Amino acid sequence: MMSEEQIKNLEIQFEERIARDEKIEPKDWMPEKYRKTHLRQMSQHAHSEIIGMLPEGNWITRAPSLRRKVALLAKVQDEAGHGLYLYSACETLGTSRDELYEQLHSGKAKYSSIFNYPTVSWADMGAIGWLVDGAAIINQVPLCNTSYGPYARAMVRVCKEESFHQRQGYEIMIKLANGTPEQKEMAQDALNRWWWPSLMMLGPTDAESIHTAQSMKWKLKRKSNDDLRQQFIDQTVPQAELIGLTIPDADLKWNEERGSYDFGEIDWNEFWQVVKGYGPCNKERMNARVGAWERGEWVRDAAMAHAEKKQKQKQAV
Amino acid sequence: MKENLYKYILGIADNSLILGQRLGELCGHGPSLETDIACTNISLDLFGQVRSYYQYAAKIIGDGRSEDDIAMLRKEREYVNVLLVEQPNRDFAYTMARQFLFDVYHLLFLNELQKSKDVTLSAIAAKSIKEVSYHQRFSSDWVKRLGDGTEESHQKMQSAIDGLWTYTDELFHQTDIDKIIVSEAIGVDVTQLKETYYNLVSELLQEASLSTPESKWFQKGGKQGIHTEHLGYLLSDLQYMQRTYPNMEW
Repeated sequence: MMSEEQIKNLEIQFEERIARDEKIEPKDWMPEKYRKTHLRQMSQHAHSEIIGMLPEGNWITRAPSLRRKVALLAKVQDEAGHGLYLYSACETLGTSRDELYEQLHSGKAKYSSIFNYPTVSWADMGAIGWLVDGAAIINQVPLCNTSYGPYARAMVRVCKEESFHQRQGYEIMIKLANGTPEQKEMAQDALNRWWWPSLMMLGPTDAESIHTAQSMKWKLKRKSNDDLRQQFIDQTVPQAELIGLTIPDADLKWNEERGSYDFGEIDWNEFWQVVKGYGPCNKERMNARVGAWERGEWVRDAAMAHAEKKQKQKQAV
Repeated sequence: MKENLYKYILGIADNSLILGQRLGELCGHGPSLETDIACTNISLDLFGQVRSYYQYAAKIIGDGRSEDDIAMLRKEREYVNVLLVEQPNRDFAYTMARQFLFDVYHLLFLNELQKSKDVTLSAIAAKSIKEVSYHQRFSSDWVKRLGDGTEESHQKMQSAIDGLWTYTDELFHQTDIDKIIVSEAIGVDVTQLKETYYNLVSELLQEASLSTPESKWFQKGGKQGIHTEHLGYLLSDLQYMQRTYPNMEW
């Protein structure tokens, strides 16, 4: 048992290391709260990748061309890959993938709410890449320098792939926006539906965000939600204008003084409704995940049983 | 002449198209992340092959049809894939058994196609062999794991093999066009692959503690465009965008 004083000393040393921009590695001592906060954020991120496969997976069989089908398959596969290394990063903090799945399936763990919206047209594949991955990158790029080593390293790779996805999504939108009137309408409709949920993705407004201060100190967060949101809007509005699409916000206006766009009120009631589990597809997403897990149980059991048999045979020889 | 070669290529490519589409249905719904990634990977490989074949077929036929027109705008009766690959993903055992029964054939086929006088087909085959060797390793491993796993998995794998067995013989049927293309040293004489195929399959089934079905009743028709009832639904998804929004670029 360590005395309170010893712990206090370790904590001081720990905070100093972070202040010096040193990376914390799995075997290093860390405060319990640091471990828990990281585990929560990393597992939420992993879950978001896995749930995020579903709305896009929904269009694999119906992609309009072979080229688009291949790109979409590869994208959804990348997301599975991100899930895989983020779950591995969580394991370095002592929680197994199965335990994290259990938390996801029981509804205890959260994932990005954006994936509780339905994908109802092909243009949604463009809008998700452009807007949702675009917002995700803004959230994630600062994490490449976060204090926890395994998370920071995973994020370097994730961000590279996300930025490829974002360009690919925008390219889908360009093609639609320059296409027939029907295609352009499809693109505008997707932008109308995904714009506000994408803004919500950057998290609740600073006044209501409970985790910000501590996370900033640990470099798990570098900018506030509202700053990130502003950055996303300022970056995205010109991209929409460039391809002749209209952002669905009557209050959107360039503010010369701030050098940023002013924008309309976000419907936070809708945000909390979806976060609390009552969005358009919360139930569908969860049923799909839990269903896949339960249908796969006999497969996982068989793989385990087979591996044990092989092990025994090996020992017998 | 070119019409024959065009149709011959469809006979190869349609198998990969339909199987790739079936695997694509599973993305995000597999028993584990690793199997999900692997099935998506196989689907991606197959679609990659499909694109090479159809691009070549489009060039041969030279009437303005694109790879997508060929893939997505034919009538059901014009698809000439074997019945095996259109069978649905009933469960993971069926998916793996279907894959295994096709992969063994596919690899034998590509090894021969590599020797084709047609340099494009030979090149596509050479590239695909690497991919399909991995597919076969993956599906064989799962047939073994499930066959020799638990009692439940054994039963499920046996029933998948039994259920799909009836579609294996068709792999070795030759159409009239096949015969012509074989005689030109471009195509593969699939009748020559049959014995090796059943030997390889039986060997692996034995290793997996599974029995080789004895039934001699087989289904056929895919190569003539007469399909099981499952294909129509698969095509509704595959063709949805091209049919709903004709003549557009994506």
